[in-house]
Amino acid sequence: MAYDLYQEMILHHYRNPKNFGLLPSADLEGAESNPTCGDHIEVRLKLDPDHRKVAEIRFTGDGCAISVASTSLLTVQVAGKSLEEVQAITRDDVLKQLGIPLSPVRLKCALTGFAALGKALHSSASTVRPTAQGA
Amino acid sequence: MDVQKIREQFPLLSRRVRGKPLVYLDSAATSQKPRVVIDAESNFYRETNSNVHRGIYLLSEEATDAYEDARARVGRFLRAPDPSEIVFVRGATEALNLLAHGLGRSRLKAGDRVVATVSDHHANVVPWHMLREERGTTLEFVSVDEAGHLRLDEYDRWFDGKTKVVTLPHVSNVLGTVNPVREIADRAHAAGAVVVLDAAQSAPHIPIDVVALGADAVAFSGHKTLGPTGIGALWARKELLEEMPPWMGGGSMIEEVHAGRISYREPPAKFEAGTPNIAGAIGLSVALDYLEGIGWEDLARHERSMQARLFQNADERLGKKIRIFGSRDVREREAVFSFALEGIHPHDIASILDAEGIAIRAGRQCSQPLMDRYGVGAMARASPYLYNTLEEIDLLYDALDKVVKVFA
Repeated sequence: MAYDLYQEMILHHYRNPKNFGLLPSADLEGAESNPTCGDHIEVRLKLDPDHRKVAEIRFTGDGCAISVASTSLLTVQVAGKSLEEVQAITRDDVLKQLGIPLSPVRLKCALTGFAALGKALHSSASTVRPTAQGA
Repeated sequence: MDVQKIREQFPLLSRRVRGKPLVYLDSAATSQKPRVVIDAESNFYRETNSNVHRGIYLLSEEATDAYEDARARVGRFLRAPDPSEIVFVRGATEALNLLAHGLGRSRLKAGDRVVATVSDHHANVVPWHMLREERGTTLEFVSVDEAGHLRLDEYDRWFDGKTKVVTLPHVSNVLGTVNPVREIADRAHAAGAVVVLDAAQSAPHIPIDVVALGADAVAFSGHKTLGPTGIGALWARKELLEEMPPWMGGGSMIEEVHAGRISYREPPAKFEAGTPNIAGAIGLSVALDYLEGIGWEDLARHERSMQARLFQNADERLGKKIRIFGSRDVREREAVFSFALEGIHPHDIASILDAEGIAIRAGRQCSQPLMDRYGVGAMARASPYLYNTLEEIDLLYDALDKVVKVFA
């Protein structure tokens, strides 16, 4: 039911998303769109000097309360973690953290930021890992 | 026009959703179906089902007659000069793809231009994009002003002899704007272009006369005009149907097939490969009987009163919190009402409305160029039709008040 979706925690993260904004010198970035509703989320990560940990994560975009709140929560979870730990985050972790009942359509909203993060991490394979191995 | 009596003829409208009476305000996506249409489809399968144009037996003769009668019915609906100019397709999308494929091969070469509009539905944008990618044609878009009127002055720069197809929606699926088709068609013809008209959003609301409109080809969908899904029609001038190559190949559309040569039947058969949607065509013909039986004048009056109520409620109850896209003049638009609420994503609006039993559309509306034009990622859209009531419009705003409260 819709009113279960819009709990205070979700609305809080929608109105005041954590880690929202650009990250000019990002090492990794990924974007995901949801063609049915027009949501678009971009996730950027800055790694620490030896490229093992997430020093900073930020996101931008335009989305519904569910996608913005979900991405906001995700960035809080990711900040400061090692790349291995971030890679181990599953979609179930994301949904559990949101803790609201989601219809199949809204499931996509809840996972838009997670998909953008996945793409950002994938970009690490080609652009970052060689440096990381070198370090 | 007795709306309560009409509602009784639509079985689905008595449904409850989320524990509340359904308020269905998404008819621009697809209309609900009157019982006579549901029965017509079902009766075909119960009593007449057999293939058309094939069997030498009574059932097949009856099915063929019913299918061809449906073609003639669609022809009368569009005021087409000749029923053989009606091609049955799955819907407007297939008709427009057929035209892009056919005209793309019979008329356009690399470097030739197609001019669409930013208010076209993706169904009338993507096929021309695909043609551009495949054959090196170009695609340009005429814009709309803030009130949703096509910027007619922008056509001038494209009428230089290179434009071979001018395509536009009769009524915008987002803004409801009724476009001045005849004026554009006359100018396009003078510049040597053919005119393709997407009538998917006009066919449910206003009478169509393909000759008076001046278009060369017109597409519409059955499911938005009270008919079944999976059936629609393309009308095109006979010469165009003759010049275009076939679209899909298969049974029914060929004259002769041999190991080394092939020949095709005359239109419309040339474009109807395989077993058609016979039950759908019959259902559509009954839907058109029903729709025209309502009376266009009465329908327009009822829809204008619902539009006026939409605007009145918006002003009185939401004021500056609501942004309405397109014209505010209900005489120049159809009942397609797209809006945004300050600081609230359309998806969230639709979710909360759903909890109140109210069905609206939220998203890009299959019109991303138009979202770009208005600088938004998405819009919410309420689209009432003949079976909706003024009370339901008020219920919509009761629910929008709740949306605003949740996000306050």
